[in-house]
Amino acid sequence: MRIESVNENTCIVYFGDSIGDESARLVKLATESIHRSMADVVTDLVPSYTSILVSYDLEKVDRFGIVRMLSAATDQISDAAPVDDSSRIVELPVYYGPEVGLDQDAVCEYSGLSAEEVIKIHSQQVYQVYAIGFAPGFAYLGSTDERIAIPRKSTPRLKVPTGSVGLAGTQTAIYPSSTPGGWQIIGRTPQKMIDWDSESLALVQVGDQVRFRAIDRQEFIDLGGSFDEL
Amino acid sequence: MSFEVLDPGMLALIQDTGRYGYQHIGVTTGGPMDEHAFLWANRLLNNELHAPQVEITFGKLRLLAHEDACIAITGADLGARINDQPVLPWQTYQISRGDRIEFTMPVSGLRAYLAVSGGFKATLKLGSCATVSREGLGGLDGDGAKLTKGDRLEFDAYEGSIVATVPDSELPDYRQPLRLGVIPGYQYRHFSAFERMKFFSCDYEVSQNIDRMGYRLSGDAIQSELNGIVSEGIAYGAIQVPSDGQPIVLMKDRQTIGGYPKIGCLSALDAGQLAQRGPGASVSFYLSDVADSEASRMLFNRRLQKGAAGISRD
Repeated sequence: MRIESVNENTCIVYFGDSIGDESARLVKLATESIHRSMADVVTDLVPSYTSILVSYDLEKVDRFGIVRMLSAATDQISDAAPVDDSSRIVELPVYYGPEVGLDQDAVCEYSGLSAEEVIKIHSQQVYQVYAIGFAPGFAYLGSTDERIAIPRKSTPRLKVPTGSVGLAGTQTAIYPSSTPGGWQIIGRTPQKMIDWDSESLALVQVGDQVRFRAIDRQEFIDLGGSFDEL
Repeated sequence: MSFEVLDPGMLALIQDTGRYGYQHIGVTTGGPMDEHAFLWANRLLNNELHAPQVEITFGKLRLLAHEDACIAITGADLGARINDQPVLPWQTYQISRGDRIEFTMPVSGLRAYLAVSGGFKATLKLGSCATVSREGLGGLDGDGAKLTKGDRLEFDAYEGSIVATVPDSELPDYRQPLRLGVIPGYQYRHFSAFERMKFFSCDYEVSQNIDRMGYRLSGDAIQSELNGIVSEGIAYGAIQVPSDGQPIVLMKDRQTIGGYPKIGCLSALDAGQLAQRGPGASVSFYLSDVADSEASRMLFNRRLQKGAAGISRD
């Protein structure tokens, strides 16, 4: 672990150099520990794949003090050796039908797999939430099976419909709101990913796990899924 | 108790000091592009330092006062007028019911701040009214809308009068070429000595591509040894270098994480000075360090606290 200054009220804590479950576990545990023990001096935390960006109140602690506090807060977690089993698994229903899986054909062509195979491979495993960013609630999930890995679209869509489930490299993600984006879209969830009026705000957090459950058109509609934005 | 927006101009946004504590779910901070000018406007009126103001970019905003008020104008000189009489920034003004407040065209700087005694009233979303249109958060009603014709900027009545001016020593000249201190960090060590030398000796120009997310500069291209990095949190003022080698300074509405190499970071006060520059302005960088930016900020905070003639002490 290393702690480096970024600017007068921000530093970054690195837990490793490559994406993986071990870094993700340390990031999750450290984020919780910092939240718990340093809430009075920390103004913002940005956990990501291998690091946590920490902003702090300069009127309360300086660059030396923050390193000392972060070291203390993260020291405790290195001992917590056993794989953390308290990690939540969030199940997301996804309709993979052709009218919402906008890039299904491109994925099939690139991978040489049938649509059924792509859906089966995508929905049979549990993914780790490595990072949230790009837009509020946009969760980067990994890693997908190499067989369905595909580069981003060469020309991004100007508007990706809310709830779209996409692929990029060996990552997969859900668009929580309608934004421009270049991920290859294979389905859509009727589940609301972000809700400013709810207590938790975002459905998933860094460190959670996600599993996709394939649903049919009728269930998608029953769960409030919408085709309107097509 | 309100000002009515007769014409919103190019871009007028409600801002407080920003939305903090939600970056872990991807929500950016927003907040004033120039903290120095914003904080002084509230300080002149003895407001809470985070009290909501209007950030006016470029100008053309016109307001009609429906009530007496005490206001402060700071930041860019956007050719402000009160009832057609030119007024200068960095001081307070008494407004009477029926007065018209207008910002015309930039004389120097790009963003002006308009504060009212007690602050403007706006709906809080996630603890802040900072407008981030892209995220649909903040503004008068909390939905991320910029000010539009017919909007009412509400505030509480204020009986007294305040006559205060920001000390001369605090007034920046936005027309000067800008030299910005870079705190080395992030992927700094992955830029070779030669690339760093290019970066610190080049005069960059502010490009046309500037907004509240980021400032793209143009000049000598610099390359790191890295194609991309594992995405990580982006601090305010971070200098990102994409593959075309042209630096981008990330501003208040930046995305929370990103995967481009970064050569370092500006201090918040320096980033605020950059935010006052428009396309064509000259910018150069020098190697600074975190100790210097920390000391500069603490000294600024003390001067702000001390205030100036006419400003009451907390």
